[in-house]
Amino acid sequence: MNLLLAVVVGTLYGAGIFMVLRRSIVKLILGLGLLGHATNLLIFSTSEVVRDAPPLIKTGETSLEGVFASPLPQALVLTAIVIGLASTAFAIVLMKRAYAIMGTDDVDVMVTTEGS
Amino acid sequence: MIISWPILAQFFTALFCLFFWARRDIQRILSLVGSFAALASAIGLLLQVQEAGIQVMQLGNWPSFAGIVLVADLFSAIMVLITAFMGLMIALYAISDIESGQEAFGYHALYHFMLLGVTGSFLTGDLFNLFVWFEIMLVSSFVLLSLQGNRPQIEGGMKYVILNMLASLTFLSAIGLLFSVTGTVNMADIARQLEVVAPQYPTLIIALAMMFTLAFGMKSAVFPLFGWLPASYHTPPTAVTTIFGALLTKVGVYAMIRVYTLIFNQLDTLNYTLTALLLISAFTMVVGVFGAVSQFGFRRLLSFHIISQIGYLIMGLAVFTVASIAGTIFFMVHVILAKAALFLVSGIVKQLTGTNDLKQLGGFYNNNMALSMLFFIPAMALAGIPPLSGFWAKFAIIKAALESGSYWIVGVGLFVSMLTLYSMVKIWTYVFMRARPEAYDKPLEPMAVNDRWLRWTPTILIGGLTVLMGIYAGPLMALSTEAAEQLMAPAQYIGVVLGGAG
Repeated sequence: MNLLLAVVVGTLYGAGIFMVLRRSIVKLILGLGLLGHATNLLIFSTSEVVRDAPPLIKTGETSLEGVFASPLPQALVLTAIVIGLASTAFAIVLMKRAYAIMGTDDVDVMVTTEGS
Repeated sequence: MIISWPILAQFFTALFCLFFWARRDIQRILSLVGSFAALASAIGLLLQVQEAGIQVMQLGNWPSFAGIVLVADLFSAIMVLITAFMGLMIALYAISDIESGQEAFGYHALYHFMLLGVTGSFLTGDLFNLFVWFEIMLVSSFVLLSLQGNRPQIEGGMKYVILNMLASLTFLSAIGLLFSVTGTVNMADIARQLEVVAPQYPTLIIALAMMFTLAFGMKSAVFPLFGWLPASYHTPPTAVTTIFGALLTKVGVYAMIRVYTLIFNQLDTLNYTLTALLLISAFTMVVGVFGAVSQFGFRRLLSFHIISQIGYLIMGLAVFTVASIAGTIFFMVHVILAKAALFLVSGIVKQLTGTNDLKQLGGFYNNNMALSMLFFIPAMALAGIPPLSGFWAKFAIIKAALESGSYWIVGVGLFVSMLTLYSMVKIWTYVFMRARPEAYDKPLEPMAVNDRWLRWTPTILIGGLTVLMGIYAGPLMALSTEAAEQLMAPAQYIGVVLGGAG
C-alpha cells in the first residue's frame, strides 16, 4: 500500500508540475489542483495506512497499542481539502473574468502591468 | 486569555460587517470600532508579555501536544501591535479612498478577515494552524486585490493568486514531511522531537528547511520569487496597496524567523541554510533597488522598494546573532511605518492630480509644503538618514553583520542604501521640486473637508512615528533585543508551551 501511494503521489506531483509550467491558465489551474491532490495524499501517507486498525482504545485499556491508523493526518487532510477547494474556486472565477476581459487564457499576453 | 483578544476583535468585526451587508455607514463605524478594540487589546497583550513573560493559551483546553496552542512571545506581541495599529490607520484612510462600489461588495468584512489572518499567523504556535491563518489572509487578499475587476487588477491578481497558491502547496508538503519525521505539528513539540531525530537525518532536515524557505520566500517576495509583487501591488486602491505592502510580505519574514530560530536551529542545518539565506538577501536587496530606480510609476517604484527592504530583513536573519535579529525586528517595525507613510502620500497625490506617473507630476513643493514634508521625512527614514528610524535600523543590522565578520554583505547593504536614497531623491525631484510639465499642467482636484481629515490624519500619525522611533531608538532597541534573546533561546519557549504536559 505504501509503495502504491508513493507511486501515485510521485505521478501526481510530476503531472502537476508539468501542467503548472504550461502557458494556458486553464491548464495551470488544473495543475494546481493535481499538486493539491499530491500534497493531500502525501500527508495522508504519513499516517500508518493499515486495514482494520481504527484508533480506538479497547475496553479496559488506557492507551493505544501496536500499529493503528493515526487520525491526525486525516484531520489535516480534510482541512487542506476544504481550503484547496475554496482557493481553486476563486482561481476559476478569476480566470473566467480574465477571459471575459481579455479574450484569452494565455499568460504571456497578460503583461500590461509589467512594464515601467 | 488576553492573547485571543486581538484575534477575536478582528473576527467579530468582520462578522458584524457581514451582518450589516447593505448598510455601508454602519460597516464603516464597525470597522473603526473593531480596529480600535484590536489596537487596545494588542497594547494590553504586549504589556502582559513584557510583565509576565511568554503567554500561552490552549484552545479547547487540550494539552499542548494534542491541541492547537496560541503563543505570544515578545516578537509576536510586537508584530500584533504594529498590525493592529496599521489596521486602524488604514481603516480610517479607506473610508475616503475606497469607492462605494467596492464597499458594497464587502470591502470592510474582507479587510478585517485579512487582518484576522495576519494576527492569527503571528500568534499561533502550531505549524498547520499557521497554514490555515495564511490561507485566511491570502484568500481575503485575493479578493481585495481584484475587487474592482478591471484589466490591470485581473492580470496582476492572476499572478498573485497562482504564485501564492503554489507557495501554500509547498508549505503544506513541507508540513507533511516534517510531520512524518516528528509525528507532531506543534512547533515547540517539533523542536523538542528534532533534538533527537535531527542527527539521524541531517540532509532531510536541510531539505525541509529549504522547502520552508521556498514557501515563505515566495510569500515574502525574495529574490528569484518576487515577480508577482511588482506586477500586482500597484493595481488596487491606495488603502489596499498600503496594507498589503506594510503587512503581508512581513508575515512571510516573520514565519521564516520563527522556523529558523525555533525549529531548524541545529548547527548542521544552519551551516548550510544561513549561507543560502545570505546570498538570497544580497540578491533581493540589489535586484529590488535596481528595479525601483528604473521605474516611473510612483507606486510601482515603492513596490520594488518593498522587495529591497525584505532583503535587509533576511540579511538580519542570515547573520543569526542576537544583535542582528534584534536589528531585524526593529527594522521590520520601521519599514512597515515608513513604507505605509509613503504609499499614503502617493494616494493623496493621486487623489489631487489623478495620476501616479512621475513624468506627469511636479510642483508640489511650491503649492503644498505640508505634503512635501510628509513625503520627505519617511523617504529619508527609508534611505537611512539620521536621526530617523531607518538609520538606527540599518545601523543595528550592519553593526551585527560586521561583528560576525560577513564584510561583503555589509558592502552590499550600504551600496543598496545609497541607491535607495537615489530613488527617493528621484521621486522628490519629479513630484515635488520641479515645476509640473506644461503638457500635463491642470489645476488640482479639490478635496472635500471630510476626505482631507480621513487621509491626512493617518499619514501624519504614521509619518510622525518614524520620527519618534528615531528619537526613542534606545528603549525600542532594548525591547527588540529582549525579543531577540527570547527567539535565540528557544528552550524557554518550548518549556512554556509544553509545560509539564510533555
